[in-house]
Amino acid sequence: MELVEAIILSVLAASTPLLIAATGELVTERAGVLNLGVEGMMIVGAACGFGGAWLTGSIFIGALFGIVAGTLMSLIFALMALGLAVNQVATGLALTILGVGLSGLIGAGFVGERITPATHLHIPGLTDIPLVGRVLFGEDAFVYFSIALIIGVWWFLYRTRAGLILRACGDNHVSAHALGYPVLRIRTLAVMFGGACAGLAGAYLPLAYTPFFIPGMTAGRGWIALALVVFASWRPGRLVIGAYLFGAVTILQLHAQGWGVGIPSQFMSALPYLATVIVLVLLSRARTGGSTAPATLGTVFVPDR
Amino acid sequence: MLDPTPNGLHSGESPLLQTVGLTKRYGDFLANDSIDIDIWPKEIHALLGENGAGKSTLVKAIYGLIQPSAGEIRWQGDRIVLSGPSEARSRGIGMVFQHFSLFDNLTVAENVALGLDGKESFKDMSARLEQVSKTYGLPLDPRREVWQLSVGERQRIEIVRALMQDPKFLILDEPTAVLTPQEADQLFIVLERLKAEGRAILYISHKLEEVKRLCDTATILRGGKKIQTCNPGLETAASLARMMVGGEIKEVKAAAGRQTTIPRLVVNDLSLAPDEAHGVRLEHISFELKGGEILGIAGVAGNGQDELFAALSGERLSKDPGTVVIEGIAAGHLSITKRRKLGAAFVPEERLGHGTAPRMKLSENALLTGHAASGMVNHGFIDTAATLKTVDKATETFDVRKAKRDPEAASLSGGNLQKFIVGREILRNPAVLVVSQPTWGVDAGAAAVIRQALLDLATAGAAVLVTSQDLDELAEIADRIAVMFHGRLSEPLATRDATREKLGLLMGGSSLEPKEAAHAVGA
Repeated sequence: MELVEAIILSVLAASTPLLIAATGELVTERAGVLNLGVEGMMIVGAACGFGGAWLTGSIFIGALFGIVAGTLMSLIFALMALGLAVNQVATGLALTILGVGLSGLIGAGFVGERITPATHLHIPGLTDIPLVGRVLFGEDAFVYFSIALIIGVWWFLYRTRAGLILRACGDNHVSAHALGYPVLRIRTLAVMFGGACAGLAGAYLPLAYTPFFIPGMTAGRGWIALALVVFASWRPGRLVIGAYLFGAVTILQLHAQGWGVGIPSQFMSALPYLATVIVLVLLSRARTGGSTAPATLGTVFVPDR
Repeated sequence: MLDPTPNGLHSGESPLLQTVGLTKRYGDFLANDSIDIDIWPKEIHALLGENGAGKSTLVKAIYGLIQPSAGEIRWQGDRIVLSGPSEARSRGIGMVFQHFSLFDNLTVAENVALGLDGKESFKDMSARLEQVSKTYGLPLDPRREVWQLSVGERQRIEIVRALMQDPKFLILDEPTAVLTPQEADQLFIVLERLKAEGRAILYISHKLEEVKRLCDTATILRGGKKIQTCNPGLETAASLARMMVGGEIKEVKAAAGRQTTIPRLVVNDLSLAPDEAHGVRLEHISFELKGGEILGIAGVAGNGQDELFAALSGERLSKDPGTVVIEGIAAGHLSITKRRKLGAAFVPEERLGHGTAPRMKLSENALLTGHAASGMVNHGFIDTAATLKTVDKATETFDVRKAKRDPEAASLSGGNLQKFIVGREILRNPAVLVVSQPTWGVDAGAAAVIRQALLDLATAGAAVLVTSQDLDELAEIADRIAVMFHGRLSEPLATRDATREKLGLLMGGSSLEPKEAAHAVGA
């Protein structure tokens, strides 16, 4: 029983940064912008988040530092890809390279330092319920926030006018412009939201997952978040499934290796990727016709004036 | 100054909308050169001109999409500067776009909501949408996604969206280009009603007979300048065309003594299930098309024409090879390339994205359909000279106007691109040409060139299958006309027997299922 609970807890912890970063990228892509710089924005968020928390001693301020850093990184992207209409793929890749270097520079002074990680919720009685108590009532604030975030994004996209306009920009920017919507401004805001989420997801790693900073600690999570958005066919509900599935298989295969299952460890390490791809492909088969990707994803838009 | 009373009816009031010396300059190019136009309430005002005459630029300026370089726009006598379309809409200017400004992956209701200011709740808006569409006889299902709808239905969304803003002034950019006569007649009833309600309409069209019938005033543009404002009722179609083109339009003529030869395209009992949830099932389609003959297929958009084109071109394969026979060879199971090698050529309806790859050069686009059978590939290497030669030849033969020798497909105007696409296929000397909507949204001059080319191809012995929603076009070039309805094809009628009434009834499904006729017209 103890073990099951521990596994679920570590699954949630492993999935949360993926979910936060992927949620931000989902909004960005729904507006029609492909920002491949998630990894770069995450790692800068991690360095700045840790720095903020280490300097002030506050996890909350650390998280804010991460959000601001991610947003600033995304503004570089917005300036290039939206303002100057540079190729989005190239800009995103450059942003990742920049982020990896920049984070090493920012974080150089913090390597080897430790902070007190984010505290977990404790409600006497509820948290002590066996098996589900700590899973439901004993998480850190990031976990609860990530769930609120994805629900909020779902509600925003499908239940508000602003969300409808954002989806419209992603579906057909020429039409959106013809109807008088400020396509580039909307996209800039979506890119900034994506950057803020990536920064927060990055900050989660040194603030809650492991209480120290090491260069390159995002370890490809930004790329996985990007892939999750595609395999979730740009739908928030499937994104949750994808993120937790990936986290679950990652943790389970570690345990399985520990138990000495006779399968090569390389195969086990590949399992999370395989399982996530298979499940999400099966899910998206259910829909027939229409396009699942935002139709103008990754294309440059220059309004004529 | 301007004469404020052009026809004596409006003395004492000012026009609803006026442009005074409106000029739009792109670099050295004058898209609009000092245009004056007056639009009065209760008036349907036609805006005529060939592609590139400056009609779109003018209406974009009036709708606030672009800022004029000089001159001004007056609304009810006062000078206005429009910051954007939403300001135009809030003043009472509505617009129905030619290239529909719709979002394919959103529902009808969401599309309409995006065109409104969003002050009412989505639920109220949906209710009002159903009410407006009922009032004006433009039925729509608010919950369907746009990609599932036919062209006619998509236009209905645009019109309803504009009407829901209760505009004083409505701009329609070639609204009947894709409609059947019945659908167009229904639209005219709506427009007459809007006029009677005191609204003004600016009506852009290439169809001169329609303009004569519907419009009170016509302004003719050519090369960015206003040529004349006249009463179209007092002009002839020919005199209007002369003003538009600045010369005579070549008449389309079939060569005398055209002989029909052997059957080149035979379709035997072709049935095909749709490949998407809302597609049309093709049911027992049979016809025989001989060399030297042009068969026209009429019908309301979305009755299986696209599916038939896909089945003929090989974009969709049939399990039974015998359903499609090209040049005597069973080809139902063959790929597009193999069918091309048998001598068939195909021109789809959608110019950009289907007929051509928009961001690729013309020569590359020539290669895309010509690689199989036109000697453009040598041992796997592209013969660039040969592809360029095709471009030059098509340019010369079909008068394709473009800025440089080998531009991107997307940079050509609709008419010129269509001339290129049709030309590209005809230069391959096909035995069978299947062409869908050859002159959709193409100006009169280009349309005449294309139709003449199809006639000449038939004269040379090819079998030509033309799908079109323009009955005048079919009457002009086809020898026989068949009608598609709900995936079935009627018996072809000889063109001289195919009256508009007969075709209209068939297009409504009358002779197939008499009971459904009333409901199906316009459905």
